[in-house]
Amino acid sequence: MAEALGWLGVPLGIIAGTLRGSAPFLFVSLGECLTEKSGKINLGLEGTLLMGAMSAYGISYLTGSPWLGVLSAGVAGLLFGFIHGFLSQQPRVNDVAVGIAMIIFGSGLAFFLGKPFIQPSAPQLPTLDLGAWSQSPPVQAALQISPLFLIGVAIAPVMQWFFRSTRWGLLIRAVGDSPDAARAMGVSIYKVRLLSIMAGSFLSGIGGASLSLYYPGSWSERISSGQGLMAVALVIFAKWRPMQCLYASLLFGGAQAIGPALQSVGIDSYYYLFNASPYILTLLIMIITCSPKRTLTGVPGALGRTNESRL
Amino acid sequence: MNQRPFLSLSRRQVVRGLLASTAFGVARLAAGCSSSGDTADDAAKDAASTGGDDLVVGFIYVGPKDDYGYNQSHAIGAAAMAKIPGIKIVEEANVPETNAVQETMRSMIELDGAKILFPTSFGYFDPHILQLAEEFPEVQFFHCGSVYDEKVHPSNVGSYFGYIDEAQYIAGIVAGETTKTDKLGFIAAKPIPQVLRNINSFTLGARSVNPKATVQVIFTGDWSLPVKESEATNSMADQSIDVVTCHVDSPKVIMETAEKRGIYCSGYHTDQAPLAPKGYLTGAEWDWSSVYTQYAKDLLGGKTLMDGGIPHLLRGGFSDRFCTLSAYGPAVSEKVQADANAVKEKLIANEMAIYQGEIKDNTGKVQIPSDKKYDQKAIELEQMDWLVDGVDGKVAG
Repeated sequence: MAEALGWLGVPLGIIAGTLRGSAPFLFVSLGECLTEKSGKINLGLEGTLLMGAMSAYGISYLTGSPWLGVLSAGVAGLLFGFIHGFLSQQPRVNDVAVGIAMIIFGSGLAFFLGKPFIQPSAPQLPTLDLGAWSQSPPVQAALQISPLFLIGVAIAPVMQWFFRSTRWGLLIRAVGDSPDAARAMGVSIYKVRLLSIMAGSFLSGIGGASLSLYYPGSWSERISSGQGLMAVALVIFAKWRPMQCLYASLLFGGAQAIGPALQSVGIDSYYYLFNASPYILTLLIMIITCSPKRTLTGVPGALGRTNESRL
Repeated sequence: MNQRPFLSLSRRQVVRGLLASTAFGVARLAAGCSSSGDTADDAAKDAASTGGDDLVVGFIYVGPKDDYGYNQSHAIGAAAMAKIPGIKIVEEANVPETNAVQETMRSMIELDGAKILFPTSFGYFDPHILQLAEEFPEVQFFHCGSVYDEKVHPSNVGSYFGYIDEAQYIAGIVAGETTKTDKLGFIAAKPIPQVLRNINSFTLGARSVNPKATVQVIFTGDWSLPVKESEATNSMADQSIDVVTCHVDSPKVIMETAEKRGIYCSGYHTDQAPLAPKGYLTGAEWDWSSVYTQYAKDLLGGKTLMDGGIPHLLRGGFSDRFCTLSAYGPAVSEKVQADANAVKEKLIANEMAIYQGEIKDNTGKVQIPSDKKYDQKAIELEQMDWLVDGVDGKVAG
């Protein structure tokens, strides 16, 4: 056994918590970013996250292949995205209301189908052991990084580039900012939004797979504990920019570890307060970055508007 | 500025909404009338005629039945009860501690003809069980964990609970002798008396064989928070704690994380050995099978709570088979097993008390003076609000 880390354990714990726990936030917020850029909100990603976690765990258990589980989580996300994309674009349908319905539907379906998978242990995703250079087991454990996390980190700059520099990215932004202009260009708003929502849900499903196949690495009904909803809010916090989604996800992932890490070195007062630190942090950043002179920048223009008649 | 108001309603929408909500209210009122009051007796009669000869027993769980935790321990007990001829079990899982449990109990009584109910979660008791018990005086309600008070509670309500801290004391002995770093960890949900008693008994057990041992407590803040529990296990492993145990609803994540980090773990609620084949030392398990089997025998023999044949308040530890110890894991040496078994025998024979003075809390204050001894039934132990010397942690958050 190694020597106790003592106070060094706190920063290490937070770094390790960031590397372990931020992948679900990252995938869901990137997915939601893509969705909202096209002008629709998908609150149902909490349900999609649970559905992804459940199907990844179930398929991994049944087939013995965790990567197949990840794929099926993505497919489950695609299906949920299709339902949301189809419903929320019907005339006079509100996407927020559909999203709330999708949270209930997704979590209910995941709980129902997931019943047989609560007890068995499914094969977990392999990790990349980047800590082999260190003699210290805590450092080695902290640097067991999930490939899903690395994929998520890679997607963020790619998505940023995609929005800024590609034709497809421009189309999505046009549909989200000014549907009339997009329609004048001859773009099908319906199709662009449907595909954006589906792709976003695909990513959230993968985020669910990270929950059940990497960390905490088990399927239970409380596995997400609201992370999907928080990630949707992160997108506003990140002002609809993929790179900032990445930073915000890292912040929230790390903040989850603050409470336990401090208690483990003997700071045992105020643990409810430390557990609430991500939210306090968010409030602080929102207050610091807000301005009385302008409204929220970066909001896609058509976000929250009612559906136009389909062309 | 945007000219359109945020929420604009036409007159037609307002009228439609008013009509709909009125209709809904009327329907609720009608439903409320038909299902309360005088129908209780009819329902009981119906139940007797449709339920056949079998005694129908209803079990209600707050979570899934196979969570490797509290609910599973009760479901195992229910399954044992179902094997007894003359008993028929109806079950419902995932029932929240809200009015939903009243609906579940009502439908078990009225539709399934249940005469006996075991709503197992702590929060079902007040007010849900108490209300239904008034309404259905024929039906017997058995609740786990509450304290029955004959002055306030209806006579068809019974309460049962086990002194599982006896098993935690033995688990503490095993942990205290097996640890190499003398640092143990306890992941707890909330600082309530039942939890504190488990922490204290575990610590007392560990320090009875290894005075250098300390127990670090981490409170997660709620009964089921998989990410926090996993994070807590990891931080403990980082602090070179090499045995973790817990008091949360489902220890699955903690056991799996401990096994991944290569440290020992000690289970709670049920046997979690399959989750940690290398590091599982032992565990404090409920033995509801024996308790429920005994209840079933009494009930089939015609005894009831109302006539005093079944006690309203049922408590017990090892000797009454309310709790048991998981089989020792491969890491527990023969010597440790022998030591632990010897103390277990003493507890069963009632030759020793866990809370034998002098016991100080971790602020240095004497909580139990040296001439005093609390046996397990002592009410002081059910009101515990301190942590024993050797625990790193604080009750007040």
